[in-house]
Amino acid sequence: MNIVLSLIVSGLAISALVVIPFAGVWAAPFYGVHIEWLFGIVIPYLAAITFFVGMIYRVVKWAKSPVPFRIPTTCSQQKSLPWIKYDYVDKLDNPSTRLGVWGRMILEVLFFRSLFRNTRLQYGEGQSIKYTSSKWLWIGAIGFHYTFLVVIIRHLRFFTEPMPFFVKIIENVDGFFQIFLPTAYQSGLLLGAAATFLLLRRVLIPQVRYVSLPADYFPLFLILTIAGTGILMRYVLKTDVVSIKELTMGLVSFSPKIPEGGISVVFYIHLFLVSALFAYFPFSKLVHMGGVFLSPTRNLENNNRAVRHINPWNPKVKIHTYEEYEDDFREKMIGAGLPVEKKVAPTENKE
Amino acid sequence: MYDGGKIITGIIIGLVLLAFPIWYTHGTAPPRPEVKLPVKEKQCVQPKAYMKTNHMQLLDLWRDSTVRAAKRIYISDDGRKYDMSLQNTCMSADCHAKKTEFCDQCHNYTGVVPYCWDCHIEPKEPKEKSEEKH
Repeated sequence: MNIVLSLIVSGLAISALVVIPFAGVWAAPFYGVHIEWLFGIVIPYLAAITFFVGMIYRVVKWAKSPVPFRIPTTCSQQKSLPWIKYDYVDKLDNPSTRLGVWGRMILEVLFFRSLFRNTRLQYGEGQSIKYTSSKWLWIGAIGFHYTFLVVIIRHLRFFTEPMPFFVKIIENVDGFFQIFLPTAYQSGLLLGAAATFLLLRRVLIPQVRYVSLPADYFPLFLILTIAGTGILMRYVLKTDVVSIKELTMGLVSFSPKIPEGGISVVFYIHLFLVSALFAYFPFSKLVHMGGVFLSPTRNLENNNRAVRHINPWNPKVKIHTYEEYEDDFREKMIGAGLPVEKKVAPTENKE
Repeated sequence: MYDGGKIITGIIIGLVLLAFPIWYTHGTAPPRPEVKLPVKEKQCVQPKAYMKTNHMQLLDLWRDSTVRAAKRIYISDDGRKYDMSLQNTCMSADCHAKKTEFCDQCHNYTGVVPYCWDCHIEPKEPKEKSEEKH
């Protein structure tokens, strides 16, 4: 699918996700229809159920695929003879022990080491080429994921009462500069900036544009729109936060209730988009949240040479070993003068 | 399923982490906070709905106006005049005299820590016992 069509499809999908709650919460009351309960209670619950069930389904499905042997897609020396150098870098990149695997997984999950090692082909003079380190994707990804994490932890203030200590600490650090009122959180702006960077990267770099599909644009649009509505709600349009917390606390305590007096439509749009994100999560590329832990090239020690891994889908093969063969033909072999491993037992055979 | 023990452990850890708000709240939502509204004064500087969502921006405007421009008179949309002062106007004896019964109710509930009191001194509130003595 070409880029224009991809952007149009994703854009239309996002527009629909904005228009639906707008029509349901803002426009419907003019016709006497009050369906805040649908957007405030039913859809968030359904989305959360879809998310949890879908994630378990995906993880179990992955776990059902056999991994018959270890895939050594690494750049490091594997553990070999004692006189071949195998130092701590190799132990992390090409681990032969569980501990090394933990190290490799921690570097992958927390620091995105695979992206950190990204290289870029550059043409030099004439025929020469060189590969240089390219950290832009890594920086964008780190910025995006960690600010998103901070934003999610900050949102716990709507889902806990009293607030746990770490939410307060994160809020204080996030609003450190005390700019604007209500205090501007750096994470929200940085999240928007990082997601925009990742989107521009897809659109502007020809090679990346070529491999991008609506499934790549849609999640970025969705997250950008979620961040946008959140920022709009907090700083510009303003909403009744106490009523929002009343609704969210009702949701987490399983006694949901739409607060009296209502909440502005921006909140419902934000909530509907988040519900869409949750429901979409297990069935899209976003499921790498769980998938990263199940990457066979990262989470298995490379011990192919030390341990025999038997392919679990090997069919049962009828085996006829040499010993059995010799048992069948021993006398004939001796008669023909062929060497045998076991001599004929002297007593019974002669009778 | 291969490595069933590890997979199930992983799923359980994931579920426990993601369901944090549910087990942290364990089924009881605290009641919506009730603010004590002033008895004497019936009208705020601006309408209630506006004050609910925009009071922090109004106070910010007041601070900038008094501290930086030395302009202390605020004229509300319907023409009433007020002295721009958090402690002498908003928190005067006739209005929201007690921080704990007004400001703190919603701020504590939603986890907001306004930095008003980095500079201002919190108005002293007579304790329950001393009120009985009067």
